[in-house]
Amino acid sequence: MSTLTLRAAPPERLDFLAINPLALSGLSQSEAERLEVGSSRTGVRLGDCFAVSLDRSSTLTIDGGHERLDRVGASLSEGTIRVVGDVGQRLGAGMAGGSLTVIGNAGPYAASGASGGTITIEGDAGDYAGGAVYGAKAGLDGATLIIRGSAGAHLGDRMRRGTIVAGRAGAFAGSRMIAGTLAALAVGDHPGLGMRRGTLVLGSHGRMAATFVETGTHDLVFLRLLATALRRVSTEHADLLGKPLRRYSGDLATIAKGEIWVAA
Amino acid sequence: MSDLTLNGIPVVDTFAEAFDVAGTAIIVTNDTAKWAMIAATTMTGFATSVIGCGAEAGIDAELSPEETPDGRPGVRILLFGFEPNGLKDQLIKRVGQCILTCPGTACYAGVDGPTKIKLGGAIRYFGDGFAVAKRLPDASGKARRYWRIPVMDGEFLCEDSVRAVDGAVGGGNLLFLGRTHAETLKVAEIAVEAAKAVPGAILPFPGGIVRSGSKVGGRTKGMMASTNDAYCPTLKGRAGSALPAECGVVLEIVIDALTSQGVSDSMRAGLHAATEIGGKHGLIAVTAGNYGGNLGRHHYHLRDLIGPHDATKEG
Repeated sequence: MSTLTLRAAPPERLDFLAINPLALSGLSQSEAERLEVGSSRTGVRLGDCFAVSLDRSSTLTIDGGHERLDRVGASLSEGTIRVVGDVGQRLGAGMAGGSLTVIGNAGPYAASGASGGTITIEGDAGDYAGGAVYGAKAGLDGATLIIRGSAGAHLGDRMRRGTIVAGRAGAFAGSRMIAGTLAALAVGDHPGLGMRRGTLVLGSHGRMAATFVETGTHDLVFLRLLATALRRVSTEHADLLGKPLRRYSGDLATIAKGEIWVAA
Repeated sequence: MSDLTLNGIPVVDTFAEAFDVAGTAIIVTNDTAKWAMIAATTMTGFATSVIGCGAEAGIDAELSPEETPDGRPGVRILLFGFEPNGLKDQLIKRVGQCILTCPGTACYAGVDGPTKIKLGGAIRYFGDGFAVAKRLPDASGKARRYWRIPVMDGEFLCEDSVRAVDGAVGGGNLLFLGRTHAETLKVAEIAVEAAKAVPGAILPFPGGIVRSGSKVGGRTKGMMASTNDAYCPTLKGRAGSALPAECGVVLEIVIDALTSQGVSDSMRAGLHAATEIGGKHGLIAVTAGNYGGNLGRHHYHLRDLIGPHDATKEG
């Protein structure tokens, strides 16, 4: 297992786009320590902030995180990254495969555009987790995002496919959703605002937008399959589907193929 | 007639001639086993011969809730056609008319294979634009895509595509030569029970049994097939009859399977089961149908199905 151990708080925001097990496996320790990770012209290198220990394995542990570590695991395609500590924005952005775990909190835009693999945040996530960055066509795009704690506002904004499970989430969860599945134990106001397709499963929610219409309670076969799928990542969220549910259809301001399932 | 016997019943030293076909399997589920079976029975109706029905179909197995994707009782159906396009056409028609229409039913792929057949992706147009697709991992983690089509009892859920297998074989058969209709039917029924117990094999004819075995062509111009006159007891004594004087009835079982081994295993099971009770029911002999070996590349020799330990040679 390769390890990067944080020695001191980064002097500026660091970009970890190039730091992954596959990239490090071809480098010597000195080459890895010289990798530029700074975001300004000061030229901060990996070895300036981290003690580097490489063994060419497919697992990388970042021991000691910091909210200035941006794009950790971004574009990861294989292998495992485990961060003990917090990370900054765009955790796992564009990730295509592998496993990424943060034992701490993550900044905004976690898993944005991620098309494969599993991203787990044991703590809280910032706004727009699984959401689209400004100008992007889609947020989460096929990956699985698990947030054990709370997510900020706009969780899963413009997500296109994949699954998000979160403990709690702020307002506008699933806003502008294109498709996919989002399950949360509780969310704030206006879940699914502007959603086109997709499924929200909510334990509780704030104010529902007026552009959603209740269709009643339904015992659909689909819910059984969804429960099987959710149980793979969270029993607690799968259990939401074991209780009587009301279904809302919307957003009627769009093509209205989305749905929100809430406890009856 | 034969120098082979099994359980004291003569077995003609000949072979069943069978053909490569396109085959697939689907799983239909419902809230109750009763309604899953109603859907499956309806879909596999009028599917005895690919020549006249467009497909040959049958029920492979009843499935417990633990064996189905949605945890409800289910039935596995096998469907066979001449080639993948014909199979696709029949599959969409039969699922569209018999599974989509049946209250509470859902439909899933029942076998993996190299050829993709769009099923839910075709039937979704019945949803008139209100259908939605959903890609979800199953219990094993494999991503599967479903269509959810709004219908009057809620939704019809259908997997986007199913798979056709390579190596499916249609036309394995056994002919039972008996003395009376009732006794020979009993023998054939027992053979059917044993043959259809083989996984991946079906017997598409009524109750698994066919009385109108056919030969290729006929004396009437344009006939693709006509009665197998050599095995018609009312035509005994004529030139070409294959029946001994004491034979009063011949019944046939026909077997389709997803693999050649399935046909072989199913024929073997049917042959052994029939001969075990044949002595008590006037079974005269067992034989098989072929076309001289030039039409189908799969030949199942009864000599091989008897098995080395059961075969006996008479002087």
